[in-house]
Parts: sequence; structure tokens; C-alpha cells
Amino acid sequence: MQKLFIGALAAIALAGCGPSEPQTKGAPPDMRRLTEEQYQNIIADVFGLPLEVRGRFDPMQRTDGLEIVGARNARITPSGFERFYNVARNIAERVVDAEHRDVLVPCAPVNVAAADDECARKFFSQTGRLLYRRPLTAPESDFFVKAAHDGATTRKDFYRGLGMSLASLLVTPQFLFVSDTTERDPKNVNAERLTAHAKASRLSFFMWNTTPDEALLTAADSGELNSNDGLKRQVERMASSPHMEGGVRAFFSDFLSLADFDTVEKDPIIYPSFTVDLADDAKEQMLRTITDHLLVRNQDYRELFTTRQTFMTRNLARVYRVPTERTDNAWTPYEFPAEQGRAGIQSQIALMALYAYPGRSSAVRRGRAVRELLLCQRVPDPPGDVDFSVFTDPNSPNKTARERLTAHRTAPACAGCHKITDPIGLTFENFDGAGQYRTTENGAAIDASGDLDGVKYDGAVGLAKALHDDPATASCAVNRMYSYALGRAASNDDKAFVAYLEESFASDRYRITSLIQRIALSDAMFAIAKPDGSQSAMNGGAAVASAAP
Amino acid sequence: MSVLLPRTIERRSLLRGMMGTTAVGVALPFLDCVLNNSGTALAATGGRLPVRFGTWYWGMGHTPKHAIAEKSETSQGIGFLQETEALKPYEKDLNFFANFTMPLDGRSNYTHFTGWVASRTGTAPARTGDIPAPTLDLLIADTIAGGSRFQTLNANAVGMPRANYSARSTASRGMSESSPTALYVRLFGPEFVDPNSQGFKPDPTVMLEKSVLSGVMEQSRDYLKTLGAADKSRMDEYFTSVRQVENQLALQLEAPQPNDACLLPTDPRAKEEANATRIARDMAQVIETHGVMAKLMAMAVACNQTKVFNMVFTDDFANVRRVGETYTHHLVTHEEPIDLKLGYQPLAFWFNKNCSDGFATYLKEFSAIREGDGKLLDNCLIFAGTETNYARVHTIDGVPIWLAGKAGGRMKTGYYVNGGADPVTRVGLTAMAAMGVPIESWGTKSLKTSKPLTEVLQARPEAVPGKSAATL
Repeated sequence: MQKLFIGALAAIALAGCGPSEPQTKGAPPDMRRLTEEQYQNIIADVFGLPLEVRGRFDPMQRTDGLEIVGARNARITPSGFERFYNVARNIAERVVDAEHRDVLVPCAPVNVAAADDECARKFFSQTGRLLYRRPLTAPESDFFVKAAHDGATTRKDFYRGLGMSLASLLVTPQFLFVSDTTERDPKNVNAERLTAHAKASRLSFFMWNTTPDEALLTAADSGELNSNDGLKRQVERMASSPHMEGGVRAFFSDFLSLADFDTVEKDPIIYPSFTVDLADDAKEQMLRTITDHLLVRNQDYRELFTTRQTFMTRNLARVYRVPTERTDNAWTPYEFPAEQGRAGIQSQIALMALYAYPGRSSAVRRGRAVRELLLCQRVPDPPGDVDFSVFTDPNSPNKTARERLTAHRTAPACAGCHKITDPIGLTFENFDGAGQYRTTENGAAIDASGDLDGVKYDGAVGLAKALHDDPATASCAVNRMYSYALGRAASNDDKAFVAYLEESFASDRYRITSLIQRIALSDAMFAIAKPDGSQSAMNGGAAVASAAP
Repeated sequence: MSVLLPRTIERRSLLRGMMGTTAVGVALPFLDCVLNNSGTALAATGGRLPVRFGTWYWGMGHTPKHAIAEKSETSQGIGFLQETEALKPYEKDLNFFANFTMPLDGRSNYTHFTGWVASRTGTAPARTGDIPAPTLDLLIADTIAGGSRFQTLNANAVGMPRANYSARSTASRGMSESSPTALYVRLFGPEFVDPNSQGFKPDPTVMLEKSVLSGVMEQSRDYLKTLGAADKSRMDEYFTSVRQVENQLALQLEAPQPNDACLLPTDPRAKEEANATRIARDMAQVIETHGVMAKLMAMAVACNQTKVFNMVFTDDFANVRRVGETYTHHLVTHEEPIDLKLGYQPLAFWFNKNCSDGFATYLKEFSAIREGDGKLLDNCLIFAGTETNYARVHTIDGVPIWLAGKAGGRMKTGYYVNGGADPVTRVGLTAMAAMGVPIESWGTKSLKTSKPLTEVLQARPEAVPGKSAATL
């Protein structure tokens, strides 16, 4: 894929225009545990080592629509720490092994069979700064140098000692948690502000989903990040970096809950084409479509839900039942023909397969996903006293999902929620449980007509337009992006700022790059309340969905 | 071989329990339980046999009237029906708990969630995902886990790392091992110290690693000073976790006592690789995976790798299928018509029966290992539970629960216990009482109870050298 972020550069001129920026009080400082992906990115960026730890770290609790919000409460269990420690030891061994040490250790010991405190100090001064996202304090540096010294002396090997000490650094809370460190605000002696290094971390994890690079840390060291011009220089630099793709991917992976894809399984008899490799391709197709549309081509966010442009592999082409000239499984640009009945990322295999059962589709799951993920509306949980007797009538002739769900809705306790989910979900019934196109179910023709809060349409293409035109679509993205940047749900105090962002998003022609930069350059991005400040949650912008009248 | 001082850990945990939740009432007279392992028997080697606790989870409840014969009173004898017939050989190791209720005090029944949370934490969750208090296995681990390598072990047979029903809080719910190979390597990989191997030599690197980890904690205390109260609590859990790994390292430095029961199990790697293309949640594969994990778990317990072990057969939404069927177990319970001749949903029954068979397999593995003058299961207590009674209509009152094993002689077995509409927490409190957890009440609001089920609790037996308490 092209890595030219035209949109990112073009959007810079927009920052600072439009309506004036409301002020926020911020939230008290907190600490957020690194996500598994952030951990992997850091190791890849600092050491250039690929790291496969999928499914190994304790999960975050998805909170207010985002996993990253759960990071501020995430704890480290005994088994979780054990895993961190094992991964850390593995990384450290590779950093100091014969293959990597000449590149990753900035000096050579005088005697490889003995301790060399000077070289160890140099290593921790450079590498520790990148891992702690700030310079190490003198006691911290002394500790790791001494640990390396003791290890080298015991093992009679400088590198083994260094590795042992590095492994211990990788399990310290200073590394595993991203902290909001604060300092006295020189403009207001009664207030605190984030330190420049804490600002650098916020920016970097928001825009790149990884640790600050050398240039950003240098800007923090010098205090450049504390000035508006310095901040703007760094944000512009970051926005035009290829790392932006990683940041946007991370946001949408979280926003669309794509982590769930890791455990998607389909019945091999019912859907023989749906293999583990295909599931990986389906997830990648969605993320490629998103980054191409929003970053490479800098298009309107709302058109993400109507675009027919995507990318295809040979594996995917088999499930989509579209022709491909490729003999390998390489990615190629592709545009769905209009008659395919697909429009927007929501009709791609990824979401269709994820929000279905292993052997069949699910209008309820799909409808709920659209409400909760794309529109930030909360669908109540099903009641605990559902009577399935009508639904499970052995004499029922119900062949299609629409017929079955219509029967289900005769139960009053179920009707309320199903009116919210089913008119959307049934729109997708042309796609089976693996996301393959179909026109019949059990021999009966599928009726894919639908209704989004009073807007009636036909099929997935009709829903695509309805989503594009629904103000909740853009509003949801803004709300989630703001929460993602700050690692917390928006509070009532943030309401005016979020409204300002929504207005600006529209005036920026719904460019996600502009939204990212507007947040990154805002005072709200770095606002910090006193630790005893109380915030009343806005519930992450979630509104309880209601059926159309 | 106690390296981690149980006294320190358990008193701290006790305090955390007192501070962190009102669900646990502390009974000081029981404090002697904290200071001793509950096991009172002496193994052939002269070592004290510990008592261990496990949980076993299956999704979707059972088929009422086709699983266990109902009885109006608590009495000895369990009426195994067609669905549970595989468990009949273990009647003398089991107690079945029926008709206990789950009052929610106005909170909703979050389907397939509230049931397991309330029965394992003693508190009804406020929403889906909410773990309002520590699960009982962790309260028990706080009391008994010292001296073994892992504070708890969690595994599942459905290939889902998140299928784990052991958690200290909402934000502290770890992963569960979902691959037999990963479980094997963790338990019996290079860091396993075989108690029966000759010529034990402590590795000086391990000693150094332990020392560095201690230093990490000291060095992190400055960091602690910069944090608010809520984050300090998270750091407290972090420090506890570091100590757990320190403990593991410490055990690697000590020559373990010879242990006849501990035999290195077969490495499942080759078999798992051969099955790599099979989907994890086909019931046949679940059964196979569970069979391998059951052996590993039982041997992990016998080899003193852990004293608290949690196994998940199928997850709370029972995302398992029979290959070729379009419906999962969960969907089947809701959408399959009742066969009027049989009187139940045939496919749902098939799934439920497989779950019951799975539990029998688990008990078989814990019975196959000889320990002292009895079997491993005699020195264990396994709480087997699910999240619903009758999944078709999401009922949670009467959720079926089994307690298996004699808990080192603390449990009477072979009983059908009729709860008579008492709260389900009485079962959990009974399990904790048997394991020596120093509490006199458990649960909150209408789920709060201070009445363990004395019908199935033995008076604490005196230790008799050379005799297993379970056979006294």
C-alpha cells in the first residue's frame, strides 16, 4: 500500500480554524497499562525485533466502547506478571545474543567475561530512555547498572548480565504502565500540568500507538513540547509519518472490536472456505480499506460506509466469489461491482463473519454491532426471563431469519430490543455466516429490506447510505476518537469540547486526519485536574438506542 | 519447603479482603487454619499432604428431570439419571447441590453471566462484565496457595484465552491457558524441578534473577509515591504478582521432596500439532483437549505445582458445536424444539450429557493418581458449576453445583443436598470452610450467608501419622 499521507499534510492548514476551542478541566492523573499491541510495537521500534505474543497478556476490560479505556483500570495478575516476565526474558536474551548485540548495544565491554559498568550505563541511558519514555533517574540507572554488574560477575559474561538486567527493566511498572506525571504549572502556581514527557507519551500512543521516538523525546527534554509552536511542529511531523498508519489501525481495531477476530471459527463443513488464514485476510482487508480511504486518499469518514473500493487476495476472492487474476495470495486493489450488493466496510466479510454464529448468520448480532460500534448506541442486554416457546414451536414453518425473528418479537419482553437491532441486522441477511452472498435461505427468498430509525431502505447498499447520512455516524467516531486519545470516557465537563470537535469534523469535511490533529493540538488533550477532582461520566457518549416510532 | 511465608501473605490478603469488600466476614478464631495447610495426612515420604481446591466449569446448565432425580430432603444417595450416568461411579466422591436460589435484589439476570458470577463471588453483578468481588478460588488461594509454584492455574478446553471464571475484580481477570502444549510447557517445561530426579543443583542464575526481582520491587517504591490511592491499590496487586514469580524462582532453588505420585506426563505437542487444522470448538475436539488438560492438571496438583486449579470445559455462552450443525450449544438450548416424546431438546441434551461426561473424565484423572493411602481426589475439593439451571429459559435458581473430593477429610460425600430456597452462597461458604478459609460469612445483600452446610462438613480430624485424613 502507498504510504503517502496526503491527507495528513493537507489537514494541517485546517487546524486552528473554525469555531473556537472550549476549555476542559481534564481528569485526574492516572496510569494505563500497555496494551499487547503497544508492547509489541515498542519492542519492534526500540529493538527491531518482531514479537508474537498474541493472546498471551491479560485482557483489558472493554469500557465505554473501547478497550483502551479499560487500560486505566487494568491490573497485573500473578499469571499476567509471569507472562510479562517470560516475554521480557525472551526479548532480553535476543537483544544481547551474538546476532543482535553489535547493533542493539551501543558499546562493547572491555572484557566480555566481566562486568563493564560504563558500557552498561550507556546502554540503559539510551535504551532505558526509550522504554521509560523519559530519561532514567539516577537511582534507576544505578539499579540497572548494578544488576547488570552482578549478573555479569556471577555468569562471567557481560551480555548475560546485561540481558538479565534488561529483563527486569521490562517488568517494572515504569515500563508496563504509562503514567500521567505532573509538575507545577508555571502559568498557575495553584495548578499542575503534565510534564513534557507525559505529553510526548500521550501524543505518541494516540497517533502512533507506540513509544515516543527520539525526536519527540528530544522535544520533551528541551521543553519544546510545552510551547504551542513546538507542539505544532511535532504533531505535523507525526501526522506525516508512516507510523500514522499504525495509529489509525490501532484506533479502528479498538473501535470496531477487531480483537475478537482472533477466536472466530466457522464450521468447516458448512463454510469450507473459511479457514484461519482467510480470517486473517478478512481482518486485514478491513484495516487496509480503512487506512487507504482515510489516510492515503484522505476521504470523507462517512464514505467508509458506502465505498466499494477495497483490496482483495486470492483466498478472499474465493469467498466473495469474484474473479481474480492473481495466482498467489498477494493484495491487489479491488472495487466491488454494484450488483454484488456490498457497500462499505460493514458489508465486508470481517464484520459479517465476526457478528454471526459458526454455522449461520445472526441478524441480532449484526444489528447490535451496527448500533453499538458504528453509532455508539447502547442496546440493552436481553432479559433473563425470555419465553422461547413460540420461537421453538416444532410445528413452526419459519424458514428465514426474518420469519424466526418475527415470531420471537411476539414476546413482549423481547420486542423492545429486537425492534432496535433486527431492522438493521436483517439488512445483512444476503450474507451468510461466513459473509458469502446469497439470495435464499432454506429455499425461501430473502427479504433484505430495513429501517434505520425511520429511514427505510433495501439491502446492505441502502443501509450504507442511511449510515452515511445519519448524524450519529460521525458523532460516534468523534466521541470514540476523543476517548481513545485521552484513555477515558468523555465527562460532562467535556461536552462542549466534544460538540466543538463534531462541528469541526463537519467543517473539515469529515477528514479523520484533521480530527486527529485537532485533538492532538488541543488544550483538552493535556488537561489535568487535581487528583481529588470528581468527574461525572457521560457514559462514553453512548445513548440508549430506541426503536423508530 | 515453604519459601514464601504463608503467614505474611495470608494476613495481608486477609486485610485486603477486609478493606476491599464487605463480602467477607473475618472470624479470628479460625486463624489457626491460616497458619497450617489443611491437609493433615502424612505421605509415605513423611511430607505433609496439602489439601487443594479446584473449580470446573461447563456452560448451559443441565436438563431438569433428566440429569439428577429430585429429592425433597437432604440425604445420602444421588439419583443419577441418563444425562449424568457417567458420574455414577464417583458417587462416593461427590455431593450434588440442588434448589439453591440466587436472589438478585433488583439487579437483572444478565444471561449466561449473572449465574456464575453470583455463585462464585457471592454478589450479583451490576452489569455484564462486572466482577463485583473476588471469586472463591482466589479467596481460597489466599489461604492455601503458599509453598507451590503457581498461586492458581487456569485452563480451558475451548481454545478461548478469555474463557476464565477466576478473577479478583473486573479489571483483574487474567487469561486462561487454551492450548495443551502451552499448559504442558508452563508446568513441566525447563523450569520444572522434578522431585524424583537425582543430583539436584540450584542454578545460580535463578538466585540472581530472584534477587533482581526483589530489587525491582524496592526500586519501584519511589514510583509508588507518585500515584493516587486507586493506582496504589493496583500497584499492591502488582507487587503481589511479583512476589508470586519470586516464589516460583525460590522453589527452583530448593531440592523438592521426593514424591511418588509425581510422574512427568506425556508432552502433548506432537498430538496438538497434528490437530492444528481442527477447529477448537467442535465438541469432539473439546473432549480431546479436555482429556489431555485433565491429565496435566491432575499431575500438576500431584507434583505440587499448584494448590488451586481452575478448568473450563465449555464457556459461559457454550460456543461449542457438533460439526455440521448450524447451531452452537447455546443457540440449541433456545431454538431447538422440545421432542414431545422424549420430553426434552434432544441436541441440547446431547451437549449437556457431553459436559457431564467431561466432568467424569476429570474426576477419573484425579482418582487415578495414588496419594498417601488414598487417591489424589481425596485431598482435593472441586467445585463444579455452571451459570444456568435450565438454559432454554435462563433460569438461575436451582443452578446445579457439584462438590467433588473429600478435601483431606473435611467433607462428607455422597449427598444430595436440597437447598430449600436458601442462597447459593451456602455452597461456596461450605467449600471455603472445608478449605480452612478464615471467614464466618460470605456474600452481600440477600446472597449473604453465615451458614455453611454442616450436613456435608466433617469436624476437623486429628492428624494421624501415616494415615490420610480422608480415610480416617
